[in-house]
Amino acid sequence: MTQVDQGQLFEFLCRMGDNTLVLGHRVSEWCGHAPVLEEDIALANTALDLIGQTQMWLGLAAEVEGKGRSADDLAMRRDVWDFRNVLLVEQPNGDFGQTMMRQFLFDAWHLEMLKALTGSSNEQVAAIAAKAVKEVMYHVERSGDTVIGLGDGTSESHKRMQKALDLLWPYVGEMFVADAVDAAMAEAGVAPDLAELRTACDARVGAVLAEATLAIPEGGFAHKGGKTGVQHSEHLGHLLTQMQWLQRAYPGATW
Amino acid sequence: MYAQMVKSEATQEDPERLAAFQARIDAGEKIEPKDWMPAGYRKTLIRQIGQHAHSEIVGQLPEGNWITRAPTLERKAILLAKVQDEAGHGLYLYCAAETLGVTRDEMTEMLLDGRMKYSSIFNYPTLTWADMGAVGWLVDGAAIMNQVPLQRTSFGPYSRAMIRVCKEESFHQRQGYDIMMKMCAGTPEQKAMAQNALNRFWYPSLMMFGPSDKDSVHSAQSMAWKIKMNTNDELRQKFVDQTVPQAEYLGLTVPDETLKWNDEKGGYDFAEPDWDEFFEVIQGNGPCNTERLAARNKAWDDGKWVRDGLLAHAEKKAARRVAAE
Repeated sequence: MTQVDQGQLFEFLCRMGDNTLVLGHRVSEWCGHAPVLEEDIALANTALDLIGQTQMWLGLAAEVEGKGRSADDLAMRRDVWDFRNVLLVEQPNGDFGQTMMRQFLFDAWHLEMLKALTGSSNEQVAAIAAKAVKEVMYHVERSGDTVIGLGDGTSESHKRMQKALDLLWPYVGEMFVADAVDAAMAEAGVAPDLAELRTACDARVGAVLAEATLAIPEGGFAHKGGKTGVQHSEHLGHLLTQMQWLQRAYPGATW
Repeated sequence: MYAQMVKSEATQEDPERLAAFQARIDAGEKIEPKDWMPAGYRKTLIRQIGQHAHSEIVGQLPEGNWITRAPTLERKAILLAKVQDEAGHGLYLYCAAETLGVTRDEMTEMLLDGRMKYSSIFNYPTLTWADMGAVGWLVDGAAIMNQVPLQRTSFGPYSRAMIRVCKEESFHQRQGYDIMMKMCAGTPEQKAMAQNALNRFWYPSLMMFGPSDKDSVHSAQSMAWKIKMNTNDELRQKFVDQTVPQAEYLGLTVPDETLKWNDEKGGYDFAEPDWDEFFEVIQGNGPCNTERLAARNKAWDDGKWVRDGLLAHAEKKAARRVAAE
């Protein structure tokens, strides 16, 4: 096993933490506005898990970076080009169906990723993954059930879910495309080979979508640019404007 | 206090049964859903528990307003947990009310079309981060004043719901005060933000206890039934006596020039809130009434296809199971 480049490890940890941060933020936007009370509770719970995971990933990232920054500094004081989340999680909520489809497509990847990370050569990464994987097993069960329920519900709910799938499917591919950072992590045994996650992930997604009577869109086009930070969508800047406002407006204050 | 001005129903029933019912209450027994109860007791409780549940649900909105802008990851997580608890309280309370023969959907419809109320406090806006502190400290503080005694209320399901709710509310109040402490020990701007929040939330918090009820016949009936445990004035006094030293500790000024310790009564003398404002808020003219109800209506209307879809799926699934057997 090779020595890990700390800069690349930092990048990798930001990818994990920014995914959970940005998705946690999106899910929390639902608070008080869900279709039924149980969904309000479940969405808040999911957001809470994701923010908790963010604290761990970005906390470790800050430690690895060694420049005296904290998880909060990383969350609240970086601009768009420094964010490393995949494009899927920054997509707007849309209707409840779109939110749950985005959640399911991310959860399916997230679960396989975390399962693999529990065996990471980096003990801290393995420990965070071991805690997070328990939460995410529940997330994927719930988002999968909801996708099935709404896909196989009324003709209207079916139509809306198919539309959500068509809209979000081109954002799935980015999660599996490896770059130099991923290759270095795999080489060092910190993280799995992303291509290897795809089989298990596809099996789950295929089974759920089939039961939901939804058709996977044809064509393999995949948007990219989120996890490398090269080109996020316009949505992310607005999200950060809201999330970072207090820290930006009152620099130096402690909260 | 999340249930205000709950009109208690007069009851016209067999005096013997009424007397026996009252004797059970006086003996400290809990009334359970299947027990006989006067129609007025049932109706008053539905109104009170329903209003309390609605307050928890609408109460998500002013705090939810700041989740996406919380200043740190920890504050965001705490606020999320708190708002989630409130939705959970709404759920227990709706369940408690359902044991009295009304469904959650019926109560929801009554909230949405204005037949049922929620606490006046949630019609005030949350404008700065310090408001998250003030809401926890003052609003949850006032709610606890009312809910602690309600743990001993005569209706079993309500009492048990209150026991669970109170455990979480005291955590909520502490987190609110913790925000205020941070703000008051922070920069001059943060301290000013904290003072501004206290200025805006002080009188609306006093209104949460409702107007003086010393002359109210309804209140006397509810107290006899132990669905109201203290008078509004008693609770308001207790709240002021508890809160003023906390404000002093923070170095904040309670926005009441008449506020003064009264040795003789062993409590503070304080100014009454503007009751005209209170009645305006109750009648729908508070600063955020329109937005709050619009948000709840939108959530309900937008969610219809989801509820219908999930129900249709459950029915299909059940039908398939039957067909397979």
